[in-house]
Amino acid sequence: MGGVSAAGRDPGLQPERTRLAWRRTTLSAAAAAVLAVRTALHGGASAAGVAACALCCLLFLGFLGVAHRRIRALAAVPRPAALAPRHATAAVLYAVGLVVCAVILVV
Amino acid sequence: MSEFVRNIRLWFAPELVRDEGGTPDYRFSLANERTFLAWLRTALALIGGGFAVDQFLPALPWAWRVGLALALLGAGVLCSLRAVNHWVRCERAMRRGEDLPASRFPALLSLVIAVVAVVMVVVVLAGWAG
Repeated sequence: MGGVSAAGRDPGLQPERTRLAWRRTTLSAAAAAVLAVRTALHGGASAAGVAACALCCLLFLGFLGVAHRRIRALAAVPRPAALAPRHATAAVLYAVGLVVCAVILVV
Repeated sequence: MSEFVRNIRLWFAPELVRDEGGTPDYRFSLANERTFLAWLRTALALIGGGFAVDQFLPALPWAWRVGLALALLGAGVLCSLRAVNHWVRCERAMRRGEDLPASRFPALLSLVIAVVAVVMVVVVLAGWAG
């Protein structure tokens, strides 16, 4: 795919690239969640560890929900609307929530 | 400062963003969204790095291990908050037909990552990591 594409193809490629970006980000989120779970359950499962593990899983499911909704919205119409700010904020809150868990687990 | 508070309100309020200017070409909005996601991935990678330092360098002295992990986690938080803020600012600028906002954050982040990487090299060479 070169830099210059036919005008007719471009509208379809832009949503597809954005959809793939969401998938990549979901993959990164999954990798971070796996590392979080590993940290939480390292050296035996304490009550705090299990709670943090459950919270990380919940956060990941929340992120997955946002990503899934957006991917479906991108696929549904040829000219999708811009991302809603609260969805962007929700995705960012996943990262922040994960860090809160991490700080509790690491320190 | 009020500009900052206003930006934070915009994180949650689609109707406030849509009030301004005209709707840009949807392709530019999608490109902005991809840039936001790329920054979010960077943030998630930094957070993963924080967990990895904690988990995979067990022989490191406690203070170094926690310090490095917290530095990476802190960079991850900053990066993710900046991602949504920059996305809103770009979206507004596009709607108003203004230039996109300039930012020194990428340069700052590169410097922080370079410092952390150098510290890691020293730590590993010093043999603390076992």
